[in-house]
Amino acid sequence: MGLRITELTKSFGGLTAVSGFNLELGDRDLQGIIGPNGAGKTTVFNLITGVYAPDRGQIQLGDQAVSGLPSDAIARAGIARTFQNIRLFAQMTVLDNITMALHAHAGYGLLDATFRTATFRREEARLLMESRDHLARFGLLARQHEQAGSLPYGEQRRLEIARALATGPKVLLLDEPAAGMNPREVEELIRLIQQVHRDFSLAILLIEHQLPVVMELCREVQVLDFGQTIARGASHEVVRNPLVIEAYLGEEEPPA
Amino acid sequence: MSTQPQPEPTTPPPESGLPKVRFWMVCALILALALPLQLSVDAGLFPDVLNPYYLHLLTIIGMNIILVASLNLLNGYLGEFALGHAGFMAVGAYTAALLATKVLPGAAALPPVIGTIGILVVSLGGAMLASAGVGYLIGLVTFKTVGDYLAIITLGFNMIIVNAIQNIEFVGGPRGFTGIPKNTNFVAVAVCALLTIAVLRNLIQSSFGRVWVSIRENAIAAELMGVSIARAKNWAFTIAAAFAGLAGGLWAQNQQFITPRSFDYIKTTEILVMLYLGGMASLSGSILGVVAYTLLMELLRNLLSAFAPQLAEWRMLISPLILIIIMLTRQTGLLGNREWRWLRPRPGA
Repeated sequence: MGLRITELTKSFGGLTAVSGFNLELGDRDLQGIIGPNGAGKTTVFNLITGVYAPDRGQIQLGDQAVSGLPSDAIARAGIARTFQNIRLFAQMTVLDNITMALHAHAGYGLLDATFRTATFRREEARLLMESRDHLARFGLLARQHEQAGSLPYGEQRRLEIARALATGPKVLLLDEPAAGMNPREVEELIRLIQQVHRDFSLAILLIEHQLPVVMELCREVQVLDFGQTIARGASHEVVRNPLVIEAYLGEEEPPA
Repeated sequence: MSTQPQPEPTTPPPESGLPKVRFWMVCALILALALPLQLSVDAGLFPDVLNPYYLHLLTIIGMNIILVASLNLLNGYLGEFALGHAGFMAVGAYTAALLATKVLPGAAALPPVIGTIGILVVSLGGAMLASAGVGYLIGLVTFKTVGDYLAIITLGFNMIIVNAIQNIEFVGGPRGFTGIPKNTNFVAVAVCALLTIAVLRNLIQSSFGRVWVSIRENAIAAELMGVSIARAKNWAFTIAAAFAGLAGGLWAQNQQFITPRSFDYIKTTEILVMLYLGGMASLSGSILGVVAYTLLMELLRNLLSAFAPQLAEWRMLISPLILIIIMLTRQTGLLGNREWRWLRPRPGA
């Protein structure tokens, strides 16, 4: 089992943002979480990645309990994520955004770096090579010397996914990756996520507001509304669920 | 996996046909000039041309480069706003002064040059260790504070250090610490400044430096990439403090007399002015900022004392004025985020 979440609950003051959330994500699964704005989707991600500590509930990554650990420890345990509002290191180069992500794999210490020892130079050359290979897989090698913040929106999104994958995660969390994209960019994004799912050995959990994206990518989805799971199951069935239609549209018309 | 046809990777920006200047060449040049210069001044050669005053200026510039470049690590690369650099300098200065006068004078029995160098190396090492220790503690205490809060805490720490020293009779209290042997000269300061720039450059162009800059750029993203912010920040504070301590140790053994008030927030402000004048996140900027500021202040001093001696004290008004003008007109300073070629990483290395 990649990621197993049981009875995850979080309140802010009087507001229960997430209540009794459960999830079973297999090693190579690609699942989606959908729901209207303010349903608690991003809070789930913030709980999984340790940005917030859960009030109740368990988060298991493989055999390891990660709930309550600090964010950086959870990331090093193998959970990587992207953000709804892209969070790149805007003033760093595209290449450095990736090389930075390999910091935990840099096989040298402070003294090696201070004196540029042979170990440092060998390891740094390896990091650079791996970063360039990684960029090439995402079609961003030509951009390596540009500032990350100067890339067009679609490529920033792609770089952010590439950066998350550079840490070598077991689980990748994508927070509304299609937000703010035009239809052509959405089309490219769907292909990208499918390729990532095929080529990397990991599980993907996707939050998305745009139903067509989830329909195309995920066989299994669960629907959140007001912090509660109101439906779960195969995506084509879930979207016909009257509860879901009501939550999503507030009217009797099936979502596109 | 490729999502689009692969264009040829771009090469790094083309460089002009001039021979490539490397860091070691700059070091060699400076030392090749510094040594004969120092020896000539010591021997009193060409007193009309080689005024010891110029050497004194160069020495001040060297010590200020160490201070400003190390503060740049915190304020420029890590993106914090630390306001206590003179405090670390004070720890180093008093540690070195104590070591040089109370612990090590026995080494004076050694042959002259070797004895002096020995005392200098040990006292500077002690100064760096002591300030690094204090920097580590500050890093621990400030754990997750950022922005305004960190600025206030570091400023408070600066004041605590100065006030504490003022109340320790053993090191002279408010009267200051006198009788420190003059163990440094321009050559020693130049070597230390070059070493500082080399070490800071090496760290900044490593995984540690990339992590520091990533914290500045987006702390949440850095943390979710597995960076322990507290640890990375603590390293930066420890290293920056160690170099401020080095500058303090040199300062004490150059001025031969230190008082707690030489390390109060006014000194911190002066370091900040030079830093912002030169530009954030640029070692070249730190060097240029120090040189420009020091020369400007000396020029003003000479001009005022020549033409308007009654206005001589107004000189000190210029420095805050410079800071205001920079902040209003050119916030990146002279060289913000840019490096001279000899300080840039080698492409592909």
